[in-house]
Amino acid sequence: MALLSGKRSKQEEEKLSAGLEKTRSSLFGKLNRLVRGKDTVDADVLDDLEGILVTSDVGVKTTVDIIRRVEERVANDKYVSTRELQSLIRDEISHLMLDHAPDRPADFDAPLVNQPHVIMVVGVNGVGKTTSIGKIAHRYKEAGKLVILGAADTFRAAATEQLQIWGERADVEVIKQGQGSDPAAVAFDTLAAANNRNADVVIIDTAGRLHTKGGLMDELSKIKRVMDRQVDGAPHEVLLVLDASTGQNAIRQAEEFTRSVDVTGLILTKLDGTAKGGIAIGISNEFMIPVKYIGVGEQIDDLQVFDRESFVKALFD
Amino acid sequence: MFDNLSEKLEGALKSITGKGRIDELNIAETIREIRRALLDADVNYQVAREVTERIKDETVGQKVLSSVSPGQQLIKIVYDELVDLLGTNQEPIQFSQKPPTVILVAGLQGSGKTTFCSKLALHLKSQGKSPMLAAADVYRPAAVDQLETLAASIDVPVFSIRKDGNVVKDAVNVAREAVTAARKATRDVLIVDTAGRMHVDEEMMHEVEAIRDSISPDEILFVVDSMTGQDAVNTAKEFNDRLNFDGVVLTKLDGDTRGGAALSIRSVVQKPIKFASTGEKLEALSAFYPDRMAQRILGMGDVVSFVEKAQEQFDEKQAEKLRKKISTEKFDLEDFYDQLQRIKKMGPMKDLVGMIPGIGRKLNDLEVDEDAFKHIEAIIQSMTTDERSRPEIINGSRRKRIAAGSGVEVRDVNQLLKQFKDMRKMMKTMTKMLGKGRGIDPSTFLSPN
Ligand SMILES: Nc1nc2c(ncn2[C@@H]2O[C@H](COP(=O)(O)OP(=O)(O)OP(=O)(O)O)[C@@H](O)[C@H]2O)c(=O)[nH]1
Ligand SMILES: [Mg+2]
Repeated sequence: MALLSGKRSKQEEEKLSAGLEKTRSSLFGKLNRLVRGKDTVDADVLDDLEGILVTSDVGVKTTVDIIRRVEERVANDKYVSTRELQSLIRDEISHLMLDHAPDRPADFDAPLVNQPHVIMVVGVNGVGKTTSIGKIAHRYKEAGKLVILGAADTFRAAATEQLQIWGERADVEVIKQGQGSDPAAVAFDTLAAANNRNADVVIIDTAGRLHTKGGLMDELSKIKRVMDRQVDGAPHEVLLVLDASTGQNAIRQAEEFTRSVDVTGLILTKLDGTAKGGIAIGISNEFMIPVKYIGVGEQIDDLQVFDRESFVKALFD
Repeated sequence: MFDNLSEKLEGALKSITGKGRIDELNIAETIREIRRALLDADVNYQVAREVTERIKDETVGQKVLSSVSPGQQLIKIVYDELVDLLGTNQEPIQFSQKPPTVILVAGLQGSGKTTFCSKLALHLKSQGKSPMLAAADVYRPAAVDQLETLAASIDVPVFSIRKDGNVVKDAVNVAREAVTAARKATRDVLIVDTAGRMHVDEEMMHEVEAIRDSISPDEILFVVDSMTGQDAVNTAKEFNDRLNFDGVVLTKLDGDTRGGAALSIRSVVQKPIKFASTGEKLEALSAFYPDRMAQRILGMGDVVSFVEKAQEQFDEKQAEKLRKKISTEKFDLEDFYDQLQRIKKMGPMKDLVGMIPGIGRKLNDLEVDEDAFKHIEAIIQSMTTDERSRPEIINGSRRKRIAAGSGVEVRDVNQLLKQFKDMRKMMKTMTKMLGKGRGIDPSTFLSPN
């Protein structure tokens, strides 16, 4: 493997254009070709696995980890068939990803411990926070829950209007103040309204911010802190939205957002493109945060509860 | 966690030192470290392989220079290669002979198109042009409102089509009529903002082609988030196949992304990167600097961006002086004072520090209280020239004198001196991170030409 042994492999000699075409073809198709008729995994297979994982944004560190685990397991088994190898690889990867926490069920029908159940949504600019909120609101509403949204992105131009439109689409109430108002005050008001109306679910939208901006991250902590004064233990969930096309910087995002607001789950958006969102594997593992939902389009129904098996499978499609 | 590539390379290259010549075998581990650094920076897998292969070919057979460390020698090769790949010259926008010049802006969802369009309008306006914006993102909720709000803040007109208060969902028509409207209003540039779209969305890709065909833009810009990972090549390639765009805009560079996508895109579509977008404020637009991008990709921190940011306040000569002083640790209280005057105009110190990849918030303890500036200024004003250039000579009695002279307590003077020491230490650390003393001379990277 190029990253492990430094040996020069056949792949390294391939030309760039051909290489790019190649990454689109299926690993397991390749595995079949490479493993058939052999009773051990050879370097070419692991090399290919490395290529697939790295091009899915899994990152070098996690990729090397996965390959080591696969090698170790293969070393223990005398004979590995294609089929066994396939499931072994999938197994090792999905093991790295956390399951949904029982007190924060991903299923929209599930009963919620807190009333209102308060969710705060955070992330860098343009990842899909507002859109995801619209979709989640719709799902909770469909499940018969009373949902209220809080427009605490008071910074970006027309952010409130955007959430308002999503509120109309999902047919749920949106609490807002004008652009430039204090986001913590909006969050506070939203929870007050939720208490008044006996709401089941509250979702707070926040302005996109780069995790490197100390002042804005402090602001986020403050928004989070005031909620507890209205509803005990709120927010009960803090969802960090990651764009599936983001590379290694997502790790830094997870690091800083976790530090500031104690992220409890991830939403991985834009999986309807060709990006695989492999970065979520390392993040889920390292920060002990489960991926909760995935976004697969811009329409209100384009949200799915995260499923490890299909996610891992899609890495190799 | 600061990736110190030069340090790793020094380690990997130990085996070569004294060998005389670099060969396939003794370079293998080093090449792997370089490849890994590129991948960590999100350079595409295949592109990284290509680049490292080329670097290997270039190095194998080379004599190891005894005057410099092999690590330094190699980093220079890698760095030059990256700068080369990223493109060396800056490419301006093509203006049409017959106004309006039409600029079409396209890209994925959330890449920063709308903000960029407004920034470009402001930028052109400051060059004496009279731009108009067209709101052809007819899909995303409130996208038109967003563009209108931004445009109003810079006093640029927006063309949009609404019926009974609702946006009419015909982007091709908006674009086409915007051209006519711009001509009528004698605006000399029209910037067309389009909806974000997935490169695999056949219908939407077809729409953007139709927009292009109906307005024949003079310039097509592809906007891409600098935090993009491996998939950047796929999207850039598809957009380029469809639109044959003229240039790339890299956004969100004010974060700490290493930005390898820039290199991947350049390698795959061979189109120049024309702008860098560096913040949410509409002024935050700059030209693209391949040298700085190369440093960023190699994880060498970004003292340069820090300095560049300062350059908005400092003139060239002063910036160069500061650059030298930081790298040689000759930064004194006189410089500190001088900087305070400018920093006050540059915005929060925290934001500046945030530009340094890998450091980010870790420097929060060094927060500068903006109100403290007044005291600090007074204190420094009460010092002699000698004290300012050699703060270490400021002993107890001098501190008392300075405190009395500036009307503060001795502990305020102590605190300032401590803060200054911390700051110097931070700069020293950054210099170290750029390359261990014996390793590479950071100034080669600060001024590569
Ligand atoms: N294709 C696709 N597009 C998405 C998805 N989720 C969001 N988007 C689009 O991405 C763009 C940005 O989404 P927003 O919801 O405005 O993102 P945000 O994080 O709220 O953005 P800011 O508030 O500006 O930071 C919009 O054009 C959305 O339609 C998804 O799962 N797939
Ligand atoms: Mg939003």
